[in-house]
Amino acid sequence: MRQWIFVAKEALNQISTVARFLCLLHVTDKYLCSPTLAYGPSMLPTLNLTGDVILSEQVSYRLGRVGPGDIVLVRSPTDPLKIVTKRILGLEGDRVTFYDPLSGDICRTVVTGCLNGGLGHKTVPKGHVWIQGDNIYASNDSRYFGPVPHGLIQGKAFFRRPKLLRVDLKIRNILNSRCGHLTALDDWDLELDDNPN
Amino acid sequence: MHQSVSIFIWALPVSDRYASILPVRGASMSPTFNPRSDSFGGSLSDDYVLVEKFCLEKYKFSPGHVVVFRSPQNHKEKHVKRIIGLPGDWIGTRSSYDIVKVPDGHCWVEGDNPSSSMDSRSFGPIPLGLIQGRVTHIVWPPERLGAVKGSIREDRLSSS
Repeated sequence: MRQWIFVAKEALNQISTVARFLCLLHVTDKYLCSPTLAYGPSMLPTLNLTGDVILSEQVSYRLGRVGPGDIVLVRSPTDPLKIVTKRILGLEGDRVTFYDPLSGDICRTVVTGCLNGGLGHKTVPKGHVWIQGDNIYASNDSRYFGPVPHGLIQGKAFFRRPKLLRVDLKIRNILNSRCGHLTALDDWDLELDDNPN
Repeated sequence: MHQSVSIFIWALPVSDRYASILPVRGASMSPTFNPRSDSFGGSLSDDYVLVEKFCLEKYKFSPGHVVVFRSPQNHKEKHVKRIIGLPGDWIGTRSSYDIVKVPDGHCWVEGDNPSSSMDSRSFGPIPLGLIQGRVTHIVWPPERLGAVKGSIREDRLSSS
């Protein structure tokens, strides 16, 4: 009997250690930094087409310290289950002018301060940000769905793992076998997987 | 010190993933929450509600659900409102006689108290990704303990 109690206590201890570890993992993942696999054409040439593991931190967006030029992970406004990686181009109050890269010959987005703006521009409303992919030809971003609320930002990317690892190669192989002719381009989107493994 | 850190580490994942308890301030959801508060912002007592987070795995909601979401205008604020329309629904805005279609991945939220509520009628449909959880029960004060009804007032029924 005493032995059973001992065993039960030991098991309880083990379970509590594991649970505590998982909790700690959740807290670091959600509030400090987390790895993400980003793939797709929309952030070329900054991020690879076939998948880059990037580290994102969750501190600066909670403090509101994200600005133009930062690469952020954003929950897609058109599909809440998807997380996309884009670059912030404008903050609230900025006026944004953009051209359709497929038809127009001027293929760039101009962001000006709130004071000097012209006609036919979109102003980013309060609490929103303007996000865009680096590859303007294959990116589904604010040019299509408009500025996104700041609350959709899930993290700010700050580090990309420079070298290839085995896991990465495996993912590349899977992706290549699945979309050998770059079907990813048809999708026009950059998807993220929360579990790189 | 050690004790409080340990509680913190336990409580945070539970409140993020499963359920948490939040106070509801203001009269925008009266009479569902805070029925006795007046419309000038002075509430006699805050209701505390239970918010479940399981709905965030699939983002499946139906009209009538009461949800907590981050304000699209200020990400530090959270609002509690009722979902009126989901993607594809047509919503009639009360002020003008327009009919708006809710875009993909968005929803239309409104407070139960139309006279003092900041909701989709002022800022338009919100992305589903802003939703932080679904309000299921009132837990405080004890005399109003019970489940939150998921019904929309007759005049706000939408046609899909």
